Amino acid sequence: MTIGETSLVEALAEIVGARHVRTALPERVTYAKDGLPTHRRVPGIVVLPGSRDEVVAVVRLLAAVRVPFVPRGAGTGLSGGALADDDAVLVVLTRLNRILKIDRQNRLAVVEPGVVNARLSAAAAPYGLQYMPDPSSQTACTIGGNVAENAGGPHCLKYGVTATHVLALEVVLADGRVVELGSPSGEPWGPDLTGVFVGSEGNFGIATRIAVRLLPVPRAVRTLLADFSALRTAGEAVSAVIASGIVPAALEMMDQSCIQAVEDSVYAAGYPRDAAAVLLVELDGSREEAVAADTETIEGILRAHGARNVLAAADAKQRERLWLGRKKAFGAMGRLSRDLVVQDAVVPRSALPDVLETIGRIAASYGLTVSNVFHAGDGNLHPNISFDGRVPGLKEKVAAASGEMMAACIAAGGTITGEHGVGLDKLRYMPLIFDGNSLAAMRAVRLVFDPEERVNPGKVVPVHACREWGGLRIADRGLRIEREVRSPAQSEIDNPQSAIAPRGAR
Amino acid sequence: MSLVDRVRALLGDDAVDVAAAHDGVPRVAPGSPDAVALLLGTARSEGWRVRIEGAGTWLAADAPADLALTTRRLDKIPAIEPQDLSATAEAGIGCDLLRQQLADRGTWLALDPPGLAGRTLGSVVATATAGPLRQGFGSIRDHLLGVTFVTGDGRLVQSGGRVVKNVAGYDLTKLEAGGFGAFGVIVLAHLRLRAVPRADQTLVLEGSREDLAQVTDDIAAAGIQPVAHELLSPALARRERWTLAVRFAGSAALVSTEEAGLGAATGGRFTALRADEARALWTHAAESFAARPVAFRVGGLPESSDELLDLLQHQVGDEWISASPGIGAIRWGGETTADRLRRLRRTLAGLEVPLTLERAPWPVRAAVGHFGAYREGVGPLVAGLRRTFDPGEAFVVAVEGTE
Repeated sequence: MTIGETSLVEALAEIVGARHVRTALPERVTYAKDGLPTHRRVPGIVVLPGSRDEVVAVVRLLAAVRVPFVPRGAGTGLSGGALADDDAVLVVLTRLNRILKIDRQNRLAVVEPGVVNARLSAAAAPYGLQYMPDPSSQTACTIGGNVAENAGGPHCLKYGVTATHVLALEVVLADGRVVELGSPSGEPWGPDLTGVFVGSEGNFGIATRIAVRLLPVPRAVRTLLADFSALRTAGEAVSAVIASGIVPAALEMMDQSCIQAVEDSVYAAGYPRDAAAVLLVELDGSREEAVAADTETIEGILRAHGARNVLAAADAKQRERLWLGRKKAFGAMGRLSRDLVVQDAVVPRSALPDVLETIGRIAASYGLTVSNVFHAGDGNLHPNISFDGRVPGLKEKVAAASGEMMAACIAAGGTITGEHGVGLDKLRYMPLIFDGNSLAAMRAVRLVFDPEERVNPGKVVPVHACREWGGLRIADRGLRIEREVRSPAQSEIDNPQSAIAPRGAR
Repeated sequence: MSLVDRVRALLGDDAVDVAAAHDGVPRVAPGSPDAVALLLGTARSEGWRVRIEGAGTWLAADAPADLALTTRRLDKIPAIEPQDLSATAEAGIGCDLLRQQLADRGTWLALDPPGLAGRTLGSVVATATAGPLRQGFGSIRDHLLGVTFVTGDGRLVQSGGRVVKNVAGYDLTKLEAGGFGAFGVIVLAHLRLRAVPRADQTLVLEGSREDLAQVTDDIAAAGIQPVAHELLSPALARRERWTLAVRFAGSAALVSTEEAGLGAATGGRFTALRADEARALWTHAAESFAARPVAFRVGGLPESSDELLDLLQHQVGDEWISASPGIGAIRWGGETTADRLRRLRRTLAGLEVPLTLERAPWPVRAAVGHFGAYREGVGPLVAGLRRTFDPGEAFVVAVEGTE
């Protein structure tokens, strides 16, 4: 049975129902991209199981016929990680969207993978609890996708990324076996396989049940907006805040290009248009007096390190407005040009001032517009390149500039992705930060979970860069694994088209 | 050529310490990660069985092996970056020396593992033994940005990096933290630091376990967020009754308001300790676990803490117990047998609570295993990972017991 045969479609339909199997091209094209507009792959079949048992049955069927598959949540990822080729089945998990348990006493929740991030926090709110990781796409992205990518978000500075909050997983492996990793307490039954699974970008299987830690909603919150006349000064202020020993809940930076885009949009937050950069700093805690005192200390640090003004949000409404501008900044930047590439890299925080200047120089040398909006407290940069992919030669320039920016971050002691994942987009950079042995070790671990490399093939680890490894057992039973290994040139931008807003009125 | 001569030829005369090996096993101390890789590559080809040692103060250096690989000469701290709140340290550095050097640069590794002060960083990471600060700062893995390790066949592998956020590739650091050396010898760790807290206050309250359980509930209900919230058994605290020790650390404003909140929520019953008293309390509690032959941890839920303490008391006694009731973690130390540990693990498994054996003489470790009672499907994955990272079974590690 192959993906082209009707018998496979019929077998899938028997499991999930005919209306949850998509084979028509217009339907499959819907799933050809994720949140990154630069990669496009049309899946062979799209299947939407509605329960854990249906996931198991689908995966067992695909194992029996040796067809590769790609798990997918809401498709908001930014690395091309949830794309499937035409010889693979895309397993969309959005119908598994039940919150199975919220345990107030033990501060945990158990959810299915298709539960939307923001919905979990909304459900936990009546208990005074919250799910802390808050990626910008939290109103759309799913917890399953967050687990696959080890998603971050502004408030991960204080509270940690997804891996910090995942306690246990029920996972369907590539062959359809169901395994239980971790325990509700977070203490594993052996090695920390939960920690290994989180961030494996779908390569290790499908998480069908996820136990996560919930934390009390902070009783006191203060938000500051500090503006600076130079990007470098703002970067230096970030280092000063971090070194103070007070850990803000969030410490975000936006540069002038981003400020202008936000202020020109419906998300205008009142950011000063003449500022070279603004910092959005939030402090929270359980005691109003302590948060107020720490806020005063941080305000003093910001002023001492060059802030022209520091505005404290007067009330919840103003705080929401300041955050709306930040959270919708990517959408606002869609107005700058037809296409937008959202990049993701991390540098040591003390390197921020220099790296930001370098990124600016790289963009200028290619004649490209770059806007920076990022998690400054973590050193997690998001240089965003606006461009029009229809202009001949421009997408190649964007790819080249992106490569130079990554190289600059690596040279500063950083890495190529802090929260978006490797997927397809960063595959070509992996050999720049890991040697052949380390890449081979990653691949060897993947083979333990998925010996045939059928789950989300061709992502994360560039197989051609792996050093020979005695323990590796390469799939040899008719799977075209090597076909998935694209050359660096092929891995570059495939088909840039805007996934955000068309060039429109300002 | 004898094994010792072979190793001397490989790594130099000063890398082998035959005299120091009390059980006749030659002790080899490579001076660099590359030397570790060379040694293990040779071990793989020669079929040598290798046990891994740090300072020898936590896991007893008693596993049967052809040679003991000690990380003692891997004791450098290549980088401390106060502005980035990160550091890079070799695995053989003693925690006391590391702590001091970090403090000199105004930084703090918020870990207070059980054991003696000179216990090595590699030992703490490999066994994932977090102390009371796990309440506020998480487990060992939450302090790691990356590790470099050497596999059983001598491959040097890097995972993670030295930045505080990183999702490039699979997170093999999580496999090494708490892997008990079964998946490689950790040679280098990149650490997440914090600034030395401006204020640090410990308060204690003695009482019956029932009374202190109620106080724990009151603390949680009041929204008080200590960095440590530890219930210590009478023997461990060297007091007549159980002791609840609560620690706040952070800015002066944070600590003073939390302390006031604690007083209000509990009727002012806690006693604030002076800095030297607090240090003595926490140090004694940590070091005591190195004085008894067996230590294990169990991971329950907060609501089951009391039930689990009863169970431990019933099955293995309540000698030295350090429990974090706010997160359900419990560490037990004392003397017991392999049979009792096996029975306890089975009972706990029925309650969905894992038991990890942290420390025991080799016969007990070998019989009980650090891990056991795996959930469905975990055993084959662990076995596969062991084959991957130690294909020649060079490492002598009691991953699972012999039951």
